Amino acid sequence: MINLFLRRLMYAVPIAFGVSVVCFSLVYLAPGDPLQTILPSDASADTIAMVKAAYGFDKPLPIQFLKWLGRVMVGDFGQSIATRRPVVLEVTGALYNTSVLALFAVPIAFSTGFSMGAIAGCFPGKWIDRVLTGSAVLGVSLPNYWFGIVLVIFFAVEAMVLPATGMGANGSDQFNFLRWSDARYLVLPVITLSMVPIGIIARTTRAAVAEVMNQDFVITLRAKGLSETAVIRHVLKNALPQVLAVMGLQFGYLMGGSILVETVFTWPGSGFLLSKAIINRDVPVLQGTILMLALIFVATNLLVDLMQSWIDPRIRRT
Amino acid sequence: MSNAMTLPQHPAKEQAAPKQRGYWGSVLYRLRYDPVTVFFGCVVLAIILAAIFAPVLAPFDPYKESIIGRLKPMGWKGHLLGTDELGRDLLSRLLYGGQVSLLMGVVPVAIATVIGGTLGVIGGFGGRRVNTAIMRTMDVFYAFPSVLLAVAISGAMGGGAANGMIALSMVFTPAMCRVAETATAQVKNLDFVEAARATGAGTLTILRYHILGNVLGPVFIYASSLVSVGILLASGLSFLGLGVKPPTADWGLMLSTLRQSIYINPAICALPGVAILIASVSFNLLSDGIRSAMDVRL
Amino acid sequence: MENLSDRGGPAQPLLIAKDLRKHFKVKGGAPGATVRAVDGVSFTIHKGETLGIVGESGCGKSTLARLLLHLIEPDSGELVFDGDPVGEMRGISVNALRRQVQMVFQDSASSLNPRMPVRDSIAFGPHVHGKTKAESSRIARDVLVKVGLKPDLFGPRYPHELSGGQKQRVNIARALAIEPRMVILDEAVSALDKSVEAQVLNLLRALKENFNLTYLFISHDLSVVRYISDRVLVMYLGAVVELGPVNEIFSRPKHPYTVALLASRPSMDPANRIEEPPLTGDPPSPIDPPSGCRFRTRCQFAETVCAEVQPVLGQWNDRDSHIAACHMRDPASGHSRATEVN
Repeated sequence: MINLFLRRLMYAVPIAFGVSVVCFSLVYLAPGDPLQTILPSDASADTIAMVKAAYGFDKPLPIQFLKWLGRVMVGDFGQSIATRRPVVLEVTGALYNTSVLALFAVPIAFSTGFSMGAIAGCFPGKWIDRVLTGSAVLGVSLPNYWFGIVLVIFFAVEAMVLPATGMGANGSDQFNFLRWSDARYLVLPVITLSMVPIGIIARTTRAAVAEVMNQDFVITLRAKGLSETAVIRHVLKNALPQVLAVMGLQFGYLMGGSILVETVFTWPGSGFLLSKAIINRDVPVLQGTILMLALIFVATNLLVDLMQSWIDPRIRRT
Repeated sequence: MSNAMTLPQHPAKEQAAPKQRGYWGSVLYRLRYDPVTVFFGCVVLAIILAAIFAPVLAPFDPYKESIIGRLKPMGWKGHLLGTDELGRDLLSRLLYGGQVSLLMGVVPVAIATVIGGTLGVIGGFGGRRVNTAIMRTMDVFYAFPSVLLAVAISGAMGGGAANGMIALSMVFTPAMCRVAETATAQVKNLDFVEAARATGAGTLTILRYHILGNVLGPVFIYASSLVSVGILLASGLSFLGLGVKPPTADWGLMLSTLRQSIYINPAICALPGVAILIASVSFNLLSDGIRSAMDVRL
Repeated sequence: MENLSDRGGPAQPLLIAKDLRKHFKVKGGAPGATVRAVDGVSFTIHKGETLGIVGESGCGKSTLARLLLHLIEPDSGELVFDGDPVGEMRGISVNALRRQVQMVFQDSASSLNPRMPVRDSIAFGPHVHGKTKAESSRIARDVLVKVGLKPDLFGPRYPHELSGGQKQRVNIARALAIEPRMVILDEAVSALDKSVEAQVLNLLRALKENFNLTYLFISHDLSVVRYISDRVLVMYLGAVVELGPVNEIFSRPKHPYTVALLASRPSMDPANRIEEPPLTGDPPSPIDPPSGCRFRTRCQFAETVCAEVQPVLGQWNDRDSHIAACHMRDPASGHSRATEVN
């Protein structure tokens, strides 16, 4: 197991390196002078000097990259151009708020999606399968930024039972679990965020379960006289590795892909930070946020990989 | 081989020849008997035609503003779907908006299919080193959540429709590459490819005659499923202000600007999202239908 | 294709394989660990004969077939086709070899492109070798007739619209389309029903007569090999253990492995059923084959010498000789039964 862990880690490290290269090169994507790309047109001389010093644009690219990487390794992502605060603080604060959403969205999405898919897969072709599969397609195709707005219209504008935006009564930007009244702010973003993963996981589970159902060993189990619940238990266990892979991806999306939903609800998470950084042309924050989110994504995938091989002995061998 | 020979005729051959359709013919044949797919195929067709013929179909000028006619309800003074926050006819803007939204969703998929598909076939058919070089590079881009990568790239490039399409192409290419690589590697190990090599055929000939035909199917299926994602992501980028610039009509951008007015006329504000949803669902179900029609094991 | 006709004269063997070797690296195994799939195999195939190769699954038969066509590059060894060394400056190129030697695979389904009508699969070979589209499809029609399939009925069909036997006929047609001199049949009839198998075997025999073909016939089925072969080569764990004329091998086998193989055939006489299998257990792993004689771990006559010295085959390039790589056949080996068994 340790051997396997090391081998997967060996695979993840170059990926993480590549990810940092991509994040670094984001500054150079736009044509023209990177300084102009980075800085807002009305930047003060002070800001220009600061950015120049931080980036060392006079040096050759590989040197610039290594210097940047060296600083990033010790947690120094530079300063936000907009707020002048260290990027690390901005990003970690935002990540905390995003993980609050994920903390609630993940169990809801995973359990709902898995149950929907499992039920549909156990009754392929029946009306319940059609209904569930149809809803799953709707979930997958849902523009969640629109769905968030619709929820706001119904529950905040029309019924006025839930707050439309923000995360606390007085515009706080750090979620407080101890304040019960803040829970109301969670409801709409969490529901919105869960819809797409529910659809994706339901579809994957449905496909995996239906596929396993067709395998010969299921006939053997039934021929042995196992009860239908026991058969289904076997089937679900065999379908799990495939579902787990998709769940890992979805976890990563929930951590990083919530940018649209956070923007709709002005939830001060990593996605919202990112969209602010884009509007403000705040490249250090942009780079830092994306790098952190991508690394979390890589780590999640590593974890899922390990869990999969723990469940599925066939993967463990290779 | 000039000497003629006669052999006893094979016994099991007096049956009538089945109607020859070819592979794609049989796919179409199966599609015709799938009402759901046919229906959503028609919806997709209608959406595309509506976007193309927007100049003919649109009842009003999509850019004509009206100070007194802002955010009017459906049916007001001939505005079937009402007016937006600047008093422009919403139906006309939705028709025109489809042009940009569909284009931004479909073009990146097409680009990614060509680039990613080519890289994937090369990676799957080439040696181990080529494969490692291509696939590990793709893995790096795969390590970003797709929305994030699209936002990051188009944001860093300064937004705009063209940059958005470039960003989305970069998001889809690695996924496309993986699909093509897997399909190629699977086909490559089948006996008929070895048989073709044994015939003395060169690599390019084998690729052209034996690999491509078998890889195109999975690639096409995957590309069709990406279109829906493409439309969703493209509208998402526009929603964040990374797509076309106002006053150009685009579903995502319209949703974003109308969003400010949900307290005045919520029903109108939600309409652009309905357009996105209908397009995305229809493309998705059409793609599902194509998949099951093509996925028949031979 | 007149230039491809007999060059070396009737006495020149069509194909000489000398000391062919192929070791595969073991993925994820100990560093340096290799599967010795083919480990020093030598034999000759003479013009117009059928050489049968038998052995258990995993003994390297199929790898050997692929080495002969350079579908897999051999690690070492020599191939001489009709007097010309293959892949060398003075000899013939691999491509030229592939034009004269064709192969039919076991899995009739996966050896045909599922997206191509079978007539196109057949026409592909001639087309590759420079024939025009029209010529190629005419050839495809001709060979379809020759393998007993009506071109108009079967030509336009896709592989999944054919039965196993029909598919294998198409595969044979595909091999014959470029007018080879030799055909390697790798378990070509093994996946077919017995009745269909017999039809295809008869077809193969007839085709051989008509086109002066030479066959290398690989199978694990002894009775099929006996039916079609002129000479037989027995393989065990990547090496040749016995080689000789078919009647000799079947009536007076020399190697204990061959004896065991023959004894493991079910008897047609119910009174004479096999009570105990003559061979028990699986063959040892080809990753780390036994020292000396590979068969010693399953051989009832194994002695110390068998573990120490690897027995040699002997005069493998002699057409009529019946030889076995066994110490009991070598009076000088020091095996206690070396003299009495002869």
